[in-house]
Amino acid sequence: MVETLNYTFAAREPVAQRAHVGVVASGNCEILLEPAEGASASVLVRTSVNGFAPTWAAVLDRFFARHPVAVNLQINDFGATPAVVAMRLEQVLEHAR
Amino acid sequence: MIALAESFAERSARERARGLLDPGTARELIDPFERVESPYLAAQGVVPQSDDGVVVMRGTLGGVRACVVATDGRFLGGSIGEIGGAKIAGALELTLRDAERGTPTRLVLALDTGGIRLQEANLAILAVSEIADAITALRAKQPVVALVAGRVGVYGGLSLCTSLCSAILVTEGARIGLNGPDVIETEAGVEELDASDLPLVWRITGGKRRFEQGFATELVRDDVDAIRAAVVRAFEEPRELPPLEMPAIPEGYAP
Repeated sequence: MVETLNYTFAAREPVAQRAHVGVVASGNCEILLEPAEGASASVLVRTSVNGFAPTWAAVLDRFFARHPVAVNLQINDFGATPAVVAMRLEQVLEHAR
Repeated sequence: MIALAESFAERSARERARGLLDPGTARELIDPFERVESPYLAAQGVVPQSDDGVVVMRGTLGGVRACVVATDGRFLGGSIGEIGGAKIAGALELTLRDAERGTPTRLVLALDTGGIRLQEANLAILAVSEIADAITALRAKQPVVALVAGRVGVYGGLSLCTSLCSAILVTEGARIGLNGPDVIETEAGVEELDASDLPLVWRITGGKRRFEQGFATELVRDDVDAIRAAVVRAFEEPRELPPLEMPAIPEGYAP
């Protein structure tokens, strides 16, 4: 079954525009980024690999600690490793700035 | 300095569509942020993709109004489900409407697909029949160009649709076939076809062989500029092809 995870983070930096990167393919993920109103960020993760909620939290914690950006993220995951997810997050932010 | 070719096959579907249209003119219809995705996959344990694996872009091609449809061979093998199929059929039907209103639009199908999506079964088959129907109707008015230049190639229902097009451009690395090699090996045994023997697979279904056999109208290099030039040529200097002859439906036949 597809597992759905939700996270929120404190944020303060606005971003310029929405951005889309990646693909739902083996070992990869797709990320949609949209600018958010206010001082928080939200993340919706849908993944076909269940049981990794603490790992997702750790990867996202680190990203938002580095970049406290006010965004809404949707991640459609097909078994991307934490390293791939981290690179996709950096990539989508680069496109949004 | 020698300029290296820029591979078309290594691009994503979105980059392929953008690369075919004139620079700065591409505009995506029903983009990922509209989240028009498959409603059936999640229930079957598969995460959907926000564009359902089909990219539709408007713009100009060689200075003329154009629409490019590109399928994403990386998402579920480029398989066509109800939503992606409707995007393709819709693009074809709107192009037909443009032709009837006297504002012709060039239509390119940049296909990279294993065929219908098994998870969406009958709905996907219905979508492919709508696509085939729309290609046939549009072909009576103007060229319909299929470009098979991806890592998957075209198989299944979409290879039938490809064969309906008036121009079929193929690269050596792409393939055209009805049943894929794995399907043939599973169904008929490894004596029939060893799907792991890639040179053999390419000798049977590879782009060069298919061009030699007359299943494709042009063999092109895997290079973005060469492919774009070949696509424009397919519209500006269309080749004479025999008209499509549809077999008569036997009397008393009921599907």
